[in-house]
Amino acid sequence: MRVSRLDTAEMPDKTAEIDLSLLVDVIEKYRGKKGNLIPVLQSAQDIYGYLPEQAFRMISKELGLKLSDMYGVATFYAQFRLNPVGKNIIKVCHGTACHVQNAKALTVALEDNLGIKDGETTEDNMFTLESVACLGCCSLAPVMMIGEETYGNLDGKAAARVIKQMRKNR
Amino acid sequence: MKTKVIVGMGSCGIAAGANKTYDVLENIKTGDNLDVDLSKTSCVGKCYAEPLVEIIDENGYYLYGGVDEKKIKKVIESHIVNKIPINEYLVKFDKSQDMMESNEEGQVKIALRNCGYMDPESIEEAEERHAYKAILKIKEEKIKDKSVIQSVLDSGIRGRGGGGFPTGLKWQFANNSKSDDKFIICNADEGDPGAFMDRSLLEGDPHAILEGMLIGAYAIGANQGVIYCRAEYPLAIKRLNIAIGQAREKGFLGKNASGIEGFDFDIYVKEGAGAFVCGEETALIASVEGERGMPRKRPPFPAVSGLWKKPTNINNVETLANIPYILLNGPESYNKYGTEKSKGTKVFALTGKIKKGGLVEVPMGMTLKEIIFDLGGGIQDDKSFKAVQLGGPSGGCIPASLIDTPVDYDSVNSTGAIMGSGGMVVMDESTCMVDLAKFFLNFTQQESCGKCTFCRMGTKRMLEILTRITDGKGEQGDIEKLEELSVQIKDNSLCGLGQTAPNPVLTTLKYFRHEYEAHINDKKCPAKVCNALLTYEIVADACTGCTLCARKCPVDAISGSKKEVHFIDQDLCIKCGACDDACNFDSILVY
Repeated sequence: MRVSRLDTAEMPDKTAEIDLSLLVDVIEKYRGKKGNLIPVLQSAQDIYGYLPEQAFRMISKELGLKLSDMYGVATFYAQFRLNPVGKNIIKVCHGTACHVQNAKALTVALEDNLGIKDGETTEDNMFTLESVACLGCCSLAPVMMIGEETYGNLDGKAAARVIKQMRKNR
Repeated sequence: MKTKVIVGMGSCGIAAGANKTYDVLENIKTGDNLDVDLSKTSCVGKCYAEPLVEIIDENGYYLYGGVDEKKIKKVIESHIVNKIPINEYLVKFDKSQDMMESNEEGQVKIALRNCGYMDPESIEEAEERHAYKAILKIKEEKIKDKSVIQSVLDSGIRGRGGGGFPTGLKWQFANNSKSDDKFIICNADEGDPGAFMDRSLLEGDPHAILEGMLIGAYAIGANQGVIYCRAEYPLAIKRLNIAIGQAREKGFLGKNASGIEGFDFDIYVKEGAGAFVCGEETALIASVEGERGMPRKRPPFPAVSGLWKKPTNINNVETLANIPYILLNGPESYNKYGTEKSKGTKVFALTGKIKKGGLVEVPMGMTLKEIIFDLGGGIQDDKSFKAVQLGGPSGGCIPASLIDTPVDYDSVNSTGAIMGSGGMVVMDESTCMVDLAKFFLNFTQQESCGKCTFCRMGTKRMLEILTRITDGKGEQGDIEKLEELSVQIKDNSLCGLGQTAPNPVLTTLKYFRHEYEAHINDKKCPAKVCNALLTYEIVADACTGCTLCARKCPVDAISGSKKEVHFIDQDLCIKCGACDDACNFDSILVY
């Protein structure tokens, strides 16, 4: 259930350095607009890659949004993160088509290869591994997406090969 | 004539590498002064053969499949320069250059009429293919809002999002509500795992959606339109915004929209933030208002009090894509297809263990067999067909024995599945039905908004039971408990998510009860999917003693020295399958 996200969601490190001036334009854009809560959080996440606590507080102060409402929304929707992520987010599709084509093998192979569990970030901050519901590329199942790039018709070995190649190229 | 080269750039094509193919074409074109018309289009529906390149020259229409960077160079050299087509890469050829217009194998393209036949980022190409003609017809012939609604009612179209409610009636309710402000929302939050028809429509023909909304807005008297689109679909959002900009520039949107005096209407795109429950009308509205997407009790219905408490009409992408066609060609052009109670055509996303996966649009009433075997080419590797899953997490599995079921709302409902948005996931004998039910329950359990106890707790309990069964710890009475919970959750949940969440369990129990029993009573998984129930053994004749399996085994359950037959200690084995994955000689027997 969606509330279970609340149990696991931790507020990030408060001491992290955040450049709050980046938020000024976003706040001006949404000032006084009805229904601005989700878009403003989406824009903030675009800037930082996640939602830092300092950004929460600044948006709340400037736009008069309640912190509790913001936290409620941020933990409800799958898109929002409260913790920093790696440079590359590996989204492994676990939609129905991918499931019957053994998407599980991709996640297992990537977990082995990266030495992290689903949802975690590697120590060098290079990769975050994430299972998602459906990327809508069902005819190429099983599929994973890294950044804007989609990889289709994979198996565990092929998925691990992509990671190896990315590590090499960095 | 100048040779035309068109690259399919839907998200499926891009995923398969169409961008690189396009770049190669463009570089060679500018570098070698290759005299061709190069353009882009979206998904043609043959996703299984992506990346697709069409070449149209004086000899006819050629569709090449699987054209990656290497192959495109060969195709250019052979076909374009030397005029010798490469037959082995061809998916389709026809002497007529207009072949791409024709419908094949019983398909009828109404919603998909422009998908893959034009550049979705060009309003001029869309206009050439009759975009905005229907709304201009309304303007020129001064057709009244009530007659627009009558045409939609006469066409018999029912909502394509899953509910199947008559679209004309919905519009009538919104029209009847009096208010200065009214909204029309396009629900483009397609969240069903295994369905992608809305995505293809948005990417392939965004103007059809805008025109559908324009007509709907005119019919109900709305002045503001919102497209609520999944953030996971960045290409669709990009193309929608391009299309909206172009439509504004040409005066189709804005003050006196499409030249209709007093009809002020504009549209903006609102990105969803990832919550399946937002497919539910009232939850979607809450989300647009910036709140948590939780459904509320109805009445009042959105048609009376919706977005910002104003009358609101919500239609699905595919429904809206059909509207301009109906208005332009008359309701009879639409309702001549289909069955008595399910009119028109339906788009299906054909995926899973199927040879030719992709998008198809067929008249209602075509049988599952025709869709899966004639259009989809049958099962991968010619394995045997086991079942097809329709309607996503709200739907169910239809077994092979019912393959002659005609696909219309009522026939599908009678099997226990639902039409849903049109995801059709085909399964062969290697799919475990208990595991599949667990997969869907896991999904609905995670996506439940948590408002109703039955949905929140009930799905959790069902998932626990299913997990136990697939872990080999199933108990007598588990099936009965699942059945009891199913009924309770269906009866006592507020919205469609909870009311349909038990469907995958109920249909698999109805048609594949023996698989549940095998798991519980015999502790066996007939499809060999549930790891905990399998036994791994090394076939002595096939083992070469390469030691690979022993090195991979995480619990050191495999013994044997180099070049000697290995052996698995069943007491130590945790049944992880690592040995089977590692073995290069097929010497691990799984049963």
